[in-house]
Amino acid sequence: MELFVNQILAGIATGAIYACMALAVVMIYQAIDHLNFAQGEMAMFSTFISWQLMQWGVPYWGAFLLTLILSFIGGILIERLLFKPLAKAPILTHVAGFIALFAIINSVAGLIWDFTIKQYPTPFGSAPFLGSQLISTHQAGMIGVTILLLIALYVFFQYTRFGLAMRAAASVPESARLVGVNTSWMIALGWGMAAAIGSIAGMLIAPVVFLEPNMMGGVLIYGFAAAVLGGLTSPFGAVVGGFLVGIIENLAGTYIPGVGNELKLPIALALIITVLVVKPAGLFGRPIVKRV
Amino acid sequence: MSAVQEVVTAAPAIEAVPKRAMTLGTGTSLLVLALLIMVPLFVKNFIIFQMTMLLVYGLAVLALNILTGGSGQFSLGQSAFYAVGAYTSAILMEHVGMNYALTLPVAGVICFAFGFLFGQPALRLSGVYLALATFALATAMPQLLKLGYFEHWTGGVQGLVVTKPDAPETVQSVLSWFHLKMSQDMWLYYFTLAITIAIYIFSVNLLKSRSGRAFMAIRDNEIAASAMGVDVALYKTLAFGVSAGITGVAGGLGAIAVQFVAPDGYTITLAISLFLGMVVGGVGWLPGSIIGSAFIIFVPNIAEGISKGLSGAVFGVILFLVIFLVPHGARQVALVAQHLIGRFKKR
Repeated sequence: MELFVNQILAGIATGAIYACMALAVVMIYQAIDHLNFAQGEMAMFSTFISWQLMQWGVPYWGAFLLTLILSFIGGILIERLLFKPLAKAPILTHVAGFIALFAIINSVAGLIWDFTIKQYPTPFGSAPFLGSQLISTHQAGMIGVTILLLIALYVFFQYTRFGLAMRAAASVPESARLVGVNTSWMIALGWGMAAAIGSIAGMLIAPVVFLEPNMMGGVLIYGFAAAVLGGLTSPFGAVVGGFLVGIIENLAGTYIPGVGNELKLPIALALIITVLVVKPAGLFGRPIVKRV
Repeated sequence: MSAVQEVVTAAPAIEAVPKRAMTLGTGTSLLVLALLIMVPLFVKNFIIFQMTMLLVYGLAVLALNILTGGSGQFSLGQSAFYAVGAYTSAILMEHVGMNYALTLPVAGVICFAFGFLFGQPALRLSGVYLALATFALATAMPQLLKLGYFEHWTGGVQGLVVTKPDAPETVQSVLSWFHLKMSQDMWLYYFTLAITIAIYIFSVNLLKSRSGRAFMAIRDNEIAASAMGVDVALYKTLAFGVSAGITGVAGGLGAIAVQFVAPDGYTITLAISLFLGMVVGGVGWLPGSIIGSAFIIFVPNIAEGISKGLSGAVFGVILFLVIFLVPHGARQVALVAQHLIGRFKKR
């Protein structure tokens, strides 16, 4: 029994990473209706920027804030320069664009900061949390930040004019335009917010997985799995999905014989496919209704 | 909005030329064919090998083109089918001792079955969701190949070494009358070329046939297609099956040409390359497959040549340029060229 509880705790700790990433994935899906395959690389790049700022002597929270702002601007710039001209292009072109973005960011980061693994500081410390060996204070802090972020997003989307306009622009662009919402800028804003959330995810994950240009590869796939499980249309679902994926991954690794570390990734993927087939809208997502 | 609808909104500019849209004119086809036959006689073995790979990837891109350009479905998982084909060929050759040429149909049939089965759950998905599911398949495949259970057959992480076939005795004896010798690479190239031509003709005819029209009807409007009596579920899975089958043959050929199969040769990178090849070649334009294949084989090398450290960035920038300048890929270039030549002739 103790093993079981411990595994669930450990699952929640890793789940926090996936939850962060899934939140960023859902964010951009809400804004542009596509999955951004370059999301992880954007987060990685932001994390490197914050690392560089700290190397230059900026204190942690200063670097944190500056990175947030820079990422927000960066996200908007990417949308304005690269993806706005493609707005009317078919989905295939968009996916190709994301892949190109992925290649560019990964390679540029490698050139500037090279591929060696770097330590990344944590503001929460890494002592055991509440006497438990399985969750460190950093992981507890990460869970706290994720939940705070979720609440902030909820308030933003439900209770502010901007949030309402963004939701309108994403779900019914034509009508939103008719009532005076600048839908084109709402999309840019969505990119900016997704980039900023991604940068938070990156900065929280980096102390655990260490900082290097390929740090996001695995995390992004788990983030996708979490987002799909929770429902691509629901930020709350994404966070729950993240924790669930972490727990499932740990339990499967412990209790199903033959599932060692090497099969953990296929489990996340099997999860994606199962959820898509059984309940495509995810646990908390809205089912998509198509008009004939 | 589903991918099916978006493919339609993207296509109309080109759909205006329905009959010839999928293929090249006879003259151009013969010219390309002559080039493909003549060039290997004058170049080094390594370049012949690269041309073989060009054809192999061309086949794989063609398969994806049938799936996406034909039936409007989307796949980032082609590397999984490619891997299954490659492993089938390799295992049959090395463990069973089967003739290399005979392993290819087996690879094709196994992959067809695999693709057909995978098409069943994929039926419920479209657009982004289908992309994700196939993406998951492609990422899982190398891990599955490394599994301990199959290690006896697959060789685990080490992979399998495949022997390269010699040209058959009859061909060699005929050539020896003229004091010529055929290298293994050259034989393999012509062998691949023959199969590529056969599959190309098969694909063109498939898309012109009743089934091909059913694919395209589904792509253009699923509901209308089913109202016309097209069995949507059957044809969608069939498209997956055919695409996977051709990819499997390409995978088998690739394994023979590279002489080696290992799990890490068939990662998601391969699937992404094939996808990019299709976008660059032009979705739904079959001859574009070979151009797309050339893009994914040579452009990374060119990018490396421009800047070693920034090869990824250069590749990405080139890709963006292609997307921005010719969003419909090589097909668009070909149409413009055709148009210009037509005007030139009239004068």
